[in-house]
Amino acid sequence: MTKRVGMEVSVAIGEMVKMADVDVVAAYPITPQTHIVEHIAELVADGELNAEYVPVESEHSAMSACLGSAAVGARTFTATAGQGLELMHEVLYVASGMRLPIVMTVANRSLAAPLSVWGDHSDVMAVRDTGWIQIFCENGQDVVDNVICAFRIAEDNKVLLPVMVHLDGFHLSHVIEPMLFPEPEEVKDFLPPNKYPLPLNPAKPVAMGDFAPPFIYTEARWAHETALRQSKQTILKVWDEFAGKFGRQYKPVESYRADDAKTLLFTIGSFSETAMTAVDALREEGLDIGLVRLRLWRPFPFEELRAVVKGAETLIVLDRALSVGGPGGPVCSEIRSALYDANPRPKIVSFVGGLGGRDITVDGFSAIVKRGIELAKTGSDREFQMFGVRE
Amino acid sequence: MSNPKPDNELTSRDLEIGCIATTPGSASVNRTGDWRSQRPEFATLRCIKCGLCALYCPEGCIVENAGGAFEANLYYCKGCGICSRECPILAVTMKEES
Repeated sequence: MTKRVGMEVSVAIGEMVKMADVDVVAAYPITPQTHIVEHIAELVADGELNAEYVPVESEHSAMSACLGSAAVGARTFTATAGQGLELMHEVLYVASGMRLPIVMTVANRSLAAPLSVWGDHSDVMAVRDTGWIQIFCENGQDVVDNVICAFRIAEDNKVLLPVMVHLDGFHLSHVIEPMLFPEPEEVKDFLPPNKYPLPLNPAKPVAMGDFAPPFIYTEARWAHETALRQSKQTILKVWDEFAGKFGRQYKPVESYRADDAKTLLFTIGSFSETAMTAVDALREEGLDIGLVRLRLWRPFPFEELRAVVKGAETLIVLDRALSVGGPGGPVCSEIRSALYDANPRPKIVSFVGGLGGRDITVDGFSAIVKRGIELAKTGSDREFQMFGVRE
Repeated sequence: MSNPKPDNELTSRDLEIGCIATTPGSASVNRTGDWRSQRPEFATLRCIKCGLCALYCPEGCIVENAGGAFEANLYYCKGCGICSRECPILAVTMKEES
């Protein structure tokens, strides 16, 4: 039986890590991820979670320690945010290239300078190409469920890739929400023990993280690409199985009132909750609009995206990150590129907003949609619109 | 990667997960001395068999031969010249590779 619990989302992540019976946690505290690792440290210190907690001196070391523990086949978890994610950047590629099933929650935060501890997706977009599976969450329940699913996906022997579970800093990490918690036995049943196929073992030595001369590097990259692309099948299977067991269904691309809508608003992360309310309000006004949110960021859900936009005339994409000096929003660039060959091809309007923790209200989303529809007709001399900026 | 195929025929499917090498010491087949620009020549008859060259060799590729004198395994030797510098009786000289 599941039970409803009111709890801060960060603390709930700690509780899920405990239910997943993680073996090793190596982490460095950083706002707004701090409460996650604080709670896990507490659980380990109190003997409630039998795990090794490694209080490393930096995020670079955190991810490096995770490599070692995942390599011996231990269930491994870490969490970070913003600058911390950037400090571990180079090791992220090593984790995925070595195919180590580490699970990491990222409390998405903007990047300095200027210094900001508040949320946006600057950190995520900078690690877009690190070869990890990346899942976005909309609310606390999504986070709780997807942390459990993430271990299942990462450790599946058809996948063996690290997984990032993204939750918006503060907007999700620090919110107290009612969430349905599974029973520990249910999680145990859903999450079989981690069985890494070729762990470090003195009785059966292997070498990991080898040197790859030019004759084999391309093939190694292709093997990684194939694995990440094919991981979608397992992700779908795990989400379906989760739905069967716990009743909540996750999909790579999710939508709200989007069937046959002429205009679609795209969001990623927690802002879709407000955007849904805006969609309701705009529908009342007679606008034919729906909302689409990308849950799966990597592997990118090309097929699902193409299916959901079929029939739509205008797409309005809100990014919470900026590719400075480039095309504007990274999510919009990818959507544009995925739909370039679509026939008919919808008009696509890019908005960047919600940076550094700035809220976008229901009225804000309504304004974005109305301006987007207008720009789809008139066109714009700008690659993207910076929403709410005092120029 | 203990695959019988030649290097340039290996495909992405021949690689173990994460390129893990399952045969210990498999890198020893690699001819790592082929970019050497100088090679050490050992005056074996003069060698006093002190073993300092083998001790200092960063590659560990200098070994004692049957007669107790020392020689470098040129399959791995990079030609750094440390053995030549350390030999107390100047019995190791560096020669340009042709």
